Amino acid sequence: MIETSLSTVLAAEEVSTPFQLAGTTWPDFAWLIPVFPFVAFFVILFFGKRMRTSGTVVGIVAIAASLVVSLGVFSQAYLHPGFVEEKKVILTPFGDGRLTLGMKVDGLAALMFVIVCLVSLLVQVYSTSYMDGDSRYTFFFAMLSLFTTGMLIVTIADNLMLMLVGWEIMGVCSYFLIGHFWEETPNSNAAIKAFLTTRVGDVGFMIGIFILFWGAQSFEFSTIIERAESGEMPRNLVVAGTVAIFFGAVGKSAQFPLHTWLPDAMAGPTPVSALIHAATMVASGIYMVARLYPVFELSGPALNLIGVLAAITMTMAALIALVQDDIKKVLAYSTVSQLAYMTAGLAVGGYTAGFFHLLTHAAFKGLLFLGAGSVIHAVHSNNMSEMGGLRRYLPRTHATYLVGCIALAGIPPLAGFWSKDEVILDAYWAAGFGHPHEDVATSPIVGKMVFASAVVTAVLTAFYVTRMYCLTWLGTYRGKGTPHESSAAMTVPLMVLTVPAAVLGFWGSPLWPDAHNIKRVVAFAGQPYHAPELLPIVAGTSVALAVLGVVVGFAIYGKGLPRRDPTLHMGLVTKTLQRKFFLDDLYLHAIVRPTRSTIAAGSYWLNQHVFDAPPNLAGKGAVLAGRAAYAVDRNVIDGTVNGSGRTASFTGRALALVQNGNVQAYATGMFVGVLALAVAFAAR
Amino acid sequence: MHLVYPTVLAALLFAIGVYGVLARRNAVLVLMSIEIMLNAVNINLIAFNAWLQDTLLAGQIFGLFVIAVAAAEVGVGLAIVLLIYRTNETVDIDSLTELGDAQGAQRDAQLAQRGVDRSAAGAGAEAQVR
Amino acid sequence: MDEFWHDWALTLSVLVPLLGAVVIAVTPAVQERAVKGLAVGFSLATFLVTLGLLVGYDYDFATTSSAYQFEVDYQWIDAINSRYHVGIDGISLPLIVLSALLTFLCAIYSLKTIPNPGKPKALLSLMMLLEVGMIGAFISLDLLLFFIFFEVVLVPMFFMIAIWGGPNRSYASIKFFLYTLFGSAFLLLSFLALYFKAPDGQETFDMVKLAELGGAGAFAGDFGLICFAGLFLGFAVKVPMWPLHTWLPDAHTEAPTIGSVLLAGILLKFGTYGFVRIGIPILPEAAMDYAPWIGVLAVIAIIYGSLCCLAQKEMKRMIAFSSVGHMGFVMLGIATMTPTGINAALFGNISHGVVTGMLFFIVGSIKDRYHTGEIAEIGGGMMVKTPYLASLLTFTAIASLGLPGLAGFWGEVFSLLAAFEPADGLNVTLFRTLMVFGAIGTVLTAGYFLWLLQRVNLGVVPDRWKSERFSDVMGLELAAWSPLLVLILALGIYPKFIFGITDGAVQNLMASIGVG
Repeated sequence: MIETSLSTVLAAEEVSTPFQLAGTTWPDFAWLIPVFPFVAFFVILFFGKRMRTSGTVVGIVAIAASLVVSLGVFSQAYLHPGFVEEKKVILTPFGDGRLTLGMKVDGLAALMFVIVCLVSLLVQVYSTSYMDGDSRYTFFFAMLSLFTTGMLIVTIADNLMLMLVGWEIMGVCSYFLIGHFWEETPNSNAAIKAFLTTRVGDVGFMIGIFILFWGAQSFEFSTIIERAESGEMPRNLVVAGTVAIFFGAVGKSAQFPLHTWLPDAMAGPTPVSALIHAATMVASGIYMVARLYPVFELSGPALNLIGVLAAITMTMAALIALVQDDIKKVLAYSTVSQLAYMTAGLAVGGYTAGFFHLLTHAAFKGLLFLGAGSVIHAVHSNNMSEMGGLRRYLPRTHATYLVGCIALAGIPPLAGFWSKDEVILDAYWAAGFGHPHEDVATSPIVGKMVFASAVVTAVLTAFYVTRMYCLTWLGTYRGKGTPHESSAAMTVPLMVLTVPAAVLGFWGSPLWPDAHNIKRVVAFAGQPYHAPELLPIVAGTSVALAVLGVVVGFAIYGKGLPRRDPTLHMGLVTKTLQRKFFLDDLYLHAIVRPTRSTIAAGSYWLNQHVFDAPPNLAGKGAVLAGRAAYAVDRNVIDGTVNGSGRTASFTGRALALVQNGNVQAYATGMFVGVLALAVAFAAR
Repeated sequence: MHLVYPTVLAALLFAIGVYGVLARRNAVLVLMSIEIMLNAVNINLIAFNAWLQDTLLAGQIFGLFVIAVAAAEVGVGLAIVLLIYRTNETVDIDSLTELGDAQGAQRDAQLAQRGVDRSAAGAGAEAQVR
Repeated sequence: MDEFWHDWALTLSVLVPLLGAVVIAVTPAVQERAVKGLAVGFSLATFLVTLGLLVGYDYDFATTSSAYQFEVDYQWIDAINSRYHVGIDGISLPLIVLSALLTFLCAIYSLKTIPNPGKPKALLSLMMLLEVGMIGAFISLDLLLFFIFFEVVLVPMFFMIAIWGGPNRSYASIKFFLYTLFGSAFLLLSFLALYFKAPDGQETFDMVKLAELGGAGAFAGDFGLICFAGLFLGFAVKVPMWPLHTWLPDAHTEAPTIGSVLLAGILLKFGTYGFVRIGIPILPEAAMDYAPWIGVLAVIAIIYGSLCCLAQKEMKRMIAFSSVGHMGFVMLGIATMTPTGINAALFGNISHGVVTGMLFFIVGSIKDRYHTGEIAEIGGGMMVKTPYLASLLTFTAIASLGLPGLAGFWGEVFSLLAAFEPADGLNVTLFRTLMVFGAIGTVLTAGYFLWLLQRVNLGVVPDRWKSERFSDVMGLELAAWSPLLVLILALGIYPKFIFGITDGAVQNLMASIGVG
């Protein structure tokens, strides 16, 4: 079944890897990475309840095994930048469009494997404590495993169809996990909203797949990229395909205008928010674009569209985050905003910058969500108005959370600064400032727009992060009861994540050796490349703005919750922000409700009264005609028959009178008859 | 002898026989009346045989046949009458109507009791009775 | 043995269930256990025969030059040159196996559940008769023979609905019978027209010969257009295509569980199968002319069926409407007239049979427990009440909404893919528009299924059910369902199970009409 097993190690001339095992290398085993959690899913689902640990150990061991393989694969990618490994199994035979079950492992995928497996492992460990005592504990872990499988399938896929499979598996897992506490309707509503909104994006994704498929006659990334670059694929198909396929990312990565599901998705358990709605699934849209980036680069309109949407999204989400009280909602809007940074990076030609930000963001946002979970676990509330002063009660969580906050705010030297700066720098070049190293298809106007909003968002981010930090940790405790520090199962993952949140940024910085810089590792073979740089003016501005945001934030919230929270008292502005720019209302009242009630009921009415009318009328007409025919039949046709019978019977009865048994009467009859005959003869 | 005499005699005898058959109530007398009719026929047969000078004497032979058959018939007929008498204790022909339409007779009786005219009752009455 | 098997395998697949129907019919009605046992036995035997076909089928056509395998061709009605011509290829083989499998599972399911008013003997005997018609239609290569089997199924299905159906059963059963009979009248007319149109001395009902003539253009022009209209009416009612679908919701709502399963699982496929087996090869030119219309109707069915689903208050009725939408995807695949589209349609046939069959099983079981199928009356909380049943409902609903990795996905996605690039001569813009609307239909599909799950499975148990005790999924139910559940997963993960069988035949078909 294995058609080709081309193990092309491109850039590595002298392959002398220390990880060799009887002629095979780690990447040969890469297919095992999604298989482990997939098997774990079935084991937990079917046997989990019978296990002492409800199957958590199975999930954790499986993902740990995946992590080991991932690290092995990553080591290969790290040591040999530009390496690619592809393998495939044919799934459908027809046409040129061979659908294959294939894997494409390169630096990009290898890095993603590590992120996904690491965060998933930490979240699962964390969840053993966080979800303890939940009635659907086992199912929760099964779903986490399945989700991880989906994400790993997206990562390993060598073709769009397989990616779509993983993509949708994640979608459905996200649905189940958001709706985990389904006893309450709002939670299941949020789950449905998430699934359907991303599904709307998936319509575009699917159409994009079709367009690219017909353009390249293949689902495979390498073929699509090759045919697009060689010009075999018509240019209009490239543009249409990339625009359409980006809509999948708009849905999945929560970009304007389909971002509204992500904040609602916070109805799910917090570890889920950390894993799915911060670190991995929402990043899959970015990953997808990154996978196809050489094609996107050829499509200026698509890049412009991405840029505009990213600019709108990042500012809008950052603004909404200002007025949130729910700590998870702040983080959710922050996630939307940060995802927009990643897409912005992609839009302005900074593919590695965007992906680098994905990496650092996964670390510090995962950390922040898990920290928030720890807080929520302690105070039994999501609302920051019921927190405050927790610094004293949860010291370990506080320390790690602080690192996450600084990273998110973009203060050097923590991770967030480096990646965000790269994005801003690329936008700066795309905007036409300075002298870029390579040409970018993005229009300078869009570049300027992205640059401006990135800068503004940097201030806003620093401000709302400070607000969140202060309201949660400083001042005095405003909630009920006495909060307590969480168990080791929860704090250890926090500490583990603190490390990359703090230092991961250096890997993409000019400080790191260029040969093994992240940019080299994830770059496409043969693509133009430039080493990371630090432009003093750009870096200086972004740091200055971040510091400004932090300082203003501290000035207002430094002593805990002020009596009058300024963000909540800005009249119409606050109202607009609290209503999320009225987008939810628009969708609900203009699309969802009418479809669900009016249009659906109308269609059904049509069905019952219009399309069903001809057969029913025909039926009724036939019945009426039948009755008429029956009346005719009874009275006319049958009347004749019955009439003749009745006549015969009447005659018979009359004649029966003659047969009275009196022989003499008979004889008299005979005599009269003979006499009559005689007379008759005589008369002749 | 002129043919008129025997034929008139025969006709008178036959008429008497017919009258007896049609009018008498006693079965024995009816049988006797039949005998008279047969003998009237015999007279005719003989008379015509003589008048026609038939060399084969067919008339006389037929007459003998008739006498023989009549004897047998009277034998059987009287036996029947005797049996009828034994079972019914009457030989009144008017009451011997078993061969008639028994239901019809019954119905006639019922209808007569109710005073309904039979011919007007029609098919409906039949259904009622059943 | 091989010789015997080759000649008799197909005939056996019809004779065994027929024998079953007769044997069950003459078994004393009081022997209920024996009757049920016989039904299981005979349907299992039929299933084994079809599995034998599956194993014996030569997937590479290495040993045969004919397009059909297990072919048998005997004289039957000489006067009109109608023959007992049967054979299978990749188009019919999966459907035959699915028919036998579903009947077998229905027989197992009937061990436990016989709908009111009982009478298992009559029900099961009818079911076996139904199987005769189903398999017979798929193996026939003679139009007259096909038509007979095509009509044979109406009778048992009519009685199934009319005797074992819900409160409105007489309306539904008569509507079902007459509606489909109405279509078949036109079908028969077209068959006769084809018979007489063939050159003098070659009049035939033989599909293979007619397809040869058709492929050579014998039926092009107005004749083909009119003739295809007749076929279209006959098959479109059966599919059912919008707007000829209105019999379906009524029939499904009223039919007993096994009736719904077989109706959705197999009988609907007669329509699509007819298009692929008869319509396209015999009248290729007309099929091309009709393809845009079929495509438009198919996409209307997708959107419209989904919208109607959103308005439904009763589960069985909702699933019936979802069938309208899903069959829309199948017809869209056929309308593209490409190998990819037709393969997708055949895959969609099978996956719809498996998934929707399963949905009807589950909903039937829910109705057995709650004694109502009204969503509002059940009111949620099934996940608490009967967690396994609710989980299976969730699983199957998610398969039905087309989640990749489960059976429902491949048929949908490939028919949409095919619509992007329809066969030469079809309007590309139109089909691409259809593709977009079809893709939007997938969102609506997801919407109504998730909404159903929310209202039935999730939330708290309403007061009225709190004190009731329901048994969760029982052993027999699980036995009847597990093959379908496994298939849903297997087809989703490895679609080549079906595509590998159908593709060869579809390529043959397309080559014969000069496309692809």
